[in-house]
Amino acid sequence: MTTLTARSPRRSALTRNRLPRFAPWASLAVALIVGAALSTIVGFNAFGWGIFSALAFTFVFVAWSAAVEGSRKAKDKLATCLVVGAFLIALLPLVSVIWTVLVEGTKGLATPGFLGTSMNGVSGIQDNESATAGTRVLGGIYHSLMGTLLITLWATLISVPIGLLTAVYLVEYGNDGRISRAITFFVDVMTGIPSIVAGLFAAAFFATLFGPGTKTGFVAAVALSVLMIPVVVRSSEEMLKIVPNELREASYALGVRKWRTILKIVIPTAISGIASGVTLAIARVIGETAPILVTAGFATKINMNVFADWMSSLPTFIYTQILNPTSPSNPGPSLQRAWGAALVLIICVMILNLIARLVAKFFAPKTGR
Amino acid sequence: MSKRIDVKDLNVYYGNFRAVEGVNINIAARSVTAFIGPSGCGKSTFLRTLNRMHEVLPGARVEGQVLLDGDDLYGPGVDPVAVRSHVGMVFQRPNPFPTMSIRDNVLAGVKLNGKKLSKADSEALVESSLLGANLWNEVKDRLDKPGSGLSGGQQQRLCIARAIAVKPDVILMDEPCSALDPISTLAVEDLINELKEKYTVVIVTHNMQQAARVSDKTAFFNIAGTGKPGKLIEYADTTAIFNNPKEKATEDYVSGRFG
Amino acid sequence: MTKAADETAHALPKGPEVTTTQTKTPEQSGGTPKLSSQGGAAGDRIFSGAALTAGIIILVVLCAVAVFLVAQAFPALVAPQDQIASGKGFWQYILPLVVGTVIAAAVALVIATPISIGVALFISHYAPRRVAQILGYVIDLLAAIPSVVFGAWGISFLAPALVPGYNWLASTLGWIPIFSGPASATGKTLLTAAVVLAVMVIPIITSISREIFLQTPKLHEEAALALGATRWEMIRMAVFPFARPGIISAVMLGLGRALGETMAVALVLSSGPLIASLIQSGNQTIAAEIALNFPEASGLSLSTLIAAGLVLFVITLVVNVIARWVISRHKEFSGAN
Repeated sequence: MTTLTARSPRRSALTRNRLPRFAPWASLAVALIVGAALSTIVGFNAFGWGIFSALAFTFVFVAWSAAVEGSRKAKDKLATCLVVGAFLIALLPLVSVIWTVLVEGTKGLATPGFLGTSMNGVSGIQDNESATAGTRVLGGIYHSLMGTLLITLWATLISVPIGLLTAVYLVEYGNDGRISRAITFFVDVMTGIPSIVAGLFAAAFFATLFGPGTKTGFVAAVALSVLMIPVVVRSSEEMLKIVPNELREASYALGVRKWRTILKIVIPTAISGIASGVTLAIARVIGETAPILVTAGFATKINMNVFADWMSSLPTFIYTQILNPTSPSNPGPSLQRAWGAALVLIICVMILNLIARLVAKFFAPKTGR
Repeated sequence: MSKRIDVKDLNVYYGNFRAVEGVNINIAARSVTAFIGPSGCGKSTFLRTLNRMHEVLPGARVEGQVLLDGDDLYGPGVDPVAVRSHVGMVFQRPNPFPTMSIRDNVLAGVKLNGKKLSKADSEALVESSLLGANLWNEVKDRLDKPGSGLSGGQQQRLCIARAIAVKPDVILMDEPCSALDPISTLAVEDLINELKEKYTVVIVTHNMQQAARVSDKTAFFNIAGTGKPGKLIEYADTTAIFNNPKEKATEDYVSGRFG
Repeated sequence: MTKAADETAHALPKGPEVTTTQTKTPEQSGGTPKLSSQGGAAGDRIFSGAALTAGIIILVVLCAVAVFLVAQAFPALVAPQDQIASGKGFWQYILPLVVGTVIAAAVALVIATPISIGVALFISHYAPRRVAQILGYVIDLLAAIPSVVFGAWGISFLAPALVPGYNWLASTLGWIPIFSGPASATGKTLLTAAVVLAVMVIPIITSISREIFLQTPKLHEEAALALGATRWEMIRMAVFPFARPGIISAVMLGLGRALGETMAVALVLSSGPLIASLIQSGNQTIAAEIALNFPEASGLSLSTLIAAGLVLFVITLVVNVIARWVISRHKEFSGAN
């Protein structure tokens, strides 16, 4: 904050009316003590201490600054405190969520057979037993894990060709004509479709075609595609746009046809960005719950066929285990399974995000000299 | 290999705007022709019409004839893609394909069109093209490295090698040295002098010394004012243009009085 | 004399090769055999056709969304109103849900907007450059966490943790209708749901605002600093005026997300009829209503839920279109380009 030069014996005219360099630390020390005192009055806990200390720090630091430096500097310091405070507040839920999932989830994940078995045959009786007699919690997420992988795979198979080709149309052929402007607008609209509406659409679509109550993994994949396509179009479009026009011209000047130029020059140049965008799109839809809830139902058995019968997925598994525990009188085992599934889901999402960053970083074309 | 170009009454339009007006020019085979003129006079636009690259820009079209050894580039049934494999082009900034090695860059024009080459044939083509671009000795040990790792001048010569690997009749160069340092420029100019043994070379340049150094004939383009079309003012032997121009505008330009 | 290029310019200016002369006169090469097609032009047509088809599919899908939703919702809209939602009629049924949805989203935005702007400012103008990028990733992590996990966190951690706060609100600020007691003993209230929604919306508003803050012309910032402005004054003089339309549209996009979010509300809220207090159990949103009742619904009740989904779709559509409109309207004036 301050740029006081300690070495000069005479106080520089430029440092007059400025807080000394130790001011933030002194304020912090005062604030911690005041915070501790205030939180003890209400009932001491670490969280309350933190909140009170932060408020006290802001007050002390800003008041000191107002006294020494004047109101303009004080306002600046207040803004700094608020901005940093906003950031810390935003971090709280992130840390809390990840901590909760880690603590609660490892128990479930560490149970033998959690990843390898389904919920087939697990009923309230077993859960009551493990809650009262302390036997091992039975049942696992194998069916949901497979369901999530299959549904996401099919959604990707549907979305990537459509999304990528649309992006190619917009960048290479659309030329800002009426069709391409319409597509851009509708892609924007699609981005804003609530996920449950996408699920309702797929359900309504298949109900109209194949009779009411058609719930399969494929219907869920279609619902997820509605959410995924706009993301793929958007990210691929951005990536294709930043391919320099010079490369296209160089290719045309060699007598190469446009479609070969796109396939062999433009897409390979942009492929790392496209792949990273697709991975992020997968990461986004893999955690979607609502659309799968209304399109694939809940299953407790392993079902590897996306075209027939209900299918489970990790998000719907978590949802049903929490909202409708297998044993309503003893929800403990269900909660344990739900948190285990949540941990697995978060690990999947984080791995996908990591892959996306690595792909974008290491497979980018080398343009440097 | 090398072919002559005859242009008759050529007009170039961007939408309704006439960018270049009434060009008539005859370019001999196995020669270097330089186009000079102030910025915006249409010389680059005109150059692009010689291999129909202007069609890449939205709304660009042409009236008139461009004859390549008597065949009209704009005749009915002519494929612009085929035109470009006869008339190659080198651009202002070196633009090797960043995803390809040096070898694949040279072979790009052949491979991208889906032609299959035997290993021996492709090795021979890479060597002859890089030799033709005076680059072989510098890169023969690292043909599998990315082309973007070369220096600017080397990259530009790689682009020339890439253009001559398609075995064109004509090579068009759009300010090929404007992004290069003087030493690289010298290397490319030397190369242009060698290229005219085999090809018809047309070069657009802002640098009048360069035009004087490399070209046999020079064409001076000028523009009457903003919004007016560019015109071919004078076309003659390079020595005549620089020492004894017929037109006042040419004299003003080459003596540095405007532009 | 009209040449081939003429047709080109009219057909597809940016991609002339696709529809050039071969499409019209494939084999009439005239006197120029060498310059005519070498083959492969069919590839151009197939590829551009495929790209166009993909684009058209998107248009068709979106129309299909509307058509099928309307078709399946139709019975609920035309049936005798006393048969719907145990005799209440569709509009009586949907109105409290719409109000609940709007309240939840609005409260979420009231919480999320100042925090998001603060975080975005912290990353763009306060944090050291090298740290800033990492902090950006960290906030993006928030966006990556699946909504059902937020819901699970909300019900098992956040709701109980907020109960003391709600009790305090009810006792001290109870005279304000939205904080009227008695506070819910489980914490499963609309305010808890709104806090969870706020957490989910923060990364959206933050990332858009951050981009816009970073685009603030350096010249304006330096001009302000050169006048002796403090950092905060510089932000108020140069950054905020530039970024205002962007922030508005970011908030609108966040609103769209908060309106349509299902899981956080379905898991966290103990739903009930519409009430003013945010800290008692009660209220419901459209998305959560659908998710909770869809599995058991059939016939007319299914149509009713789909009709509710249609209403939600229309609301989010309006919000999103307004957001895009604000963005596009201010693009020319922002000076970003």
